[in-house]
Amino acid sequence: MMEWTETIRTAVSALNARRMRSLLTMLGILIGIAAVMLTVGLGQGAQQSITSQINSLGSNMIIVTPSSSTSTGGFRGGGSTASTLTTADAAMLADPAIAPDVAAVAPTSSVSGSLQSSTSTWTSTVVGTVPDWQSVRARTLGSGRFFTTDEVNSSANVAVIGSETATELFDTVSPVGQTVSINGQSFTVIGVLASAGSSLGSNEDDTVVVPLTTFASRLSTSSSATSVSSIYLEGKDADTLSAAYQEVKTALLASHQVTSDTADFTVSTQASLVETATSITGILTLLLGGVAGISLLVGGIGVMNIMLVSVSERVREIGLRKALGATPGVIRRQFLVEAGILGILGGLVGVSLGFAGAAILTPIIGITVSISAPATLIALVVSLGIGIVAGVYPASRAAKLAPIDALRSE
Amino acid sequence: MSHQLNMQGVRKTYATGAVEVEALRGIDLQVEEGNYVAIMGPSGSGKSTLMHIIGCLDTPSAGTYELDGIDVSSMTEKSLAEVRNRKIGFVFQQFNLLPSLSALRNVELPLIYAGVNAAERKERARVALDRVGLADRVQHRPGELSGGQQQRVSVARALVTDPTLLLADEPTGALDSRSTKDILALFDELNDSGRTIVMITHEHDVAAHARRIVHIYDGLLTDSAPVAVAVR
Repeated sequence: MMEWTETIRTAVSALNARRMRSLLTMLGILIGIAAVMLTVGLGQGAQQSITSQINSLGSNMIIVTPSSSTSTGGFRGGGSTASTLTTADAAMLADPAIAPDVAAVAPTSSVSGSLQSSTSTWTSTVVGTVPDWQSVRARTLGSGRFFTTDEVNSSANVAVIGSETATELFDTVSPVGQTVSINGQSFTVIGVLASAGSSLGSNEDDTVVVPLTTFASRLSTSSSATSVSSIYLEGKDADTLSAAYQEVKTALLASHQVTSDTADFTVSTQASLVETATSITGILTLLLGGVAGISLLVGGIGVMNIMLVSVSERVREIGLRKALGATPGVIRRQFLVEAGILGILGGLVGVSLGFAGAAILTPIIGITVSISAPATLIALVVSLGIGIVAGVYPASRAAKLAPIDALRSE
Repeated sequence: MSHQLNMQGVRKTYATGAVEVEALRGIDLQVEEGNYVAIMGPSGSGKSTLMHIIGCLDTPSAGTYELDGIDVSSMTEKSLAEVRNRKIGFVFQQFNLLPSLSALRNVELPLIYAGVNAAERKERARVALDRVGLADRVQHRPGELSGGQQQRVSVARALVTDPTLLLADEPTGALDSRSTKDILALFDELNDSGRTIVMITHEHDVAAHARRIVHIYDGLLTDSAPVAVAVR
């Protein structure tokens, strides 16, 4: 029985003797592995990023948006026309008798606003809502205070602004107590929100929050004074979130006098948003990973091709080895090990390239390309497997060569 | 003396297309331990086929062949490989050394396939190279050695497993006259120390070194005259 160390040593020296060819063959595996790792890593990174962004929106959140789930309805409630959701819907959902598992309700509307302070101008999203918004969206204040229910009732001209908006408008001056003009209307800044980063493409730190009533009377472009663009709700806790979801849906269906087939609104929970996002990124990952996988397959075929060439070039060597006592099994193993080494080396370099690519891509695209330890291990095992599988046919051809035919060939 | 090599009625038929060619048509050949046999014959006589069968590189279509008392005529490829490894040392006309390996590694090869450990392998390969007078060339690659030296490396490789039989196929065919003399002297020396040698050749002065000459013609042995000792 030939020692394994000798088998590996012989394989390495054979590959080393044809260094350029070995490198080019490895390149196929290497590119395939790196591509698969990067696409899958990118998919996982995007998924994690979207999930954490959705979770950062608040906790136990339910979102009601105007829409239509009927296939013939087309877009309803879109654009600047009146939304199908109103402040009355929000008031109804806040009633503990109707939706006992809902802790807080925040009807919101938004519009793009031109902001002007004494020193600078800025454009931002202006949101009209109620004090519960702060709890539902899990926002804290960096300075000052949020507006009160009284201020909502009295349509007070007060505004709470995001930290980035504050910097843009007032630079280093404390914004609390300053005056800001929003679309020509004068508001007093009473608080600045603590930073929350960006979420799902919208910058949570660049916003202006005003009382819903003030918004409706002074800033809204909607034709209806009572319509809102969405209603954010907070469930009492995670366990009763699905109950809260059902209560909200049932109550709205009843008050809008529609069935779930003709509903003019959509109720989503954070969990359902995460699920949707996950399934979309999952499909994308699969698709991209599949394309990358094909390149890996091509790399494997390259290994097989080169091993076949190698066998026909080394007929004489194989014959000699057989004459000297190498059994067909030993010859087969010799070529399998050579192919396996090509595979695993390609895999190792491919994995390194994947890590390097991830490190380079992450700051460029702003999504963490996350390459996990199991994924790395799988990539290495797969590259070894591809090498060995690609080696099976060439190796058995080598093993079957008759020693006399092999020795005869010049 | 016991027969190290005993062939009875060995036939070998090749099917080339529709025609069957009978390369060997009933060979009876016995070689005793310590003998030195030259097999001579023109090309197409079945000389190479006989050498392949003696060397266990091929099996007879009919007849029996015992090597060192073991019937090898119907062995599997795997068993034949093991028999070749243990019992036969090959010396080829074209040396058949692996160009990328040092002389030492080339000589180690049969021991690698025998599963001998590295330390013992190295030691035995050194001894074998020393035996053929190449102790100072162990790290040279075949390309850095002369034809005669390369053939001596291949003799060392043939000897390293201490085989029953040294089988040489036109061992001087690719050598100049000086190297030829050199190698033949080495063979004489090996035979004098008890090594059994079978050599295929078509040169009379090379065959003259053997103790016995066997002629093959059209797949049959024609005579088998002992060589007069005076010729050696």
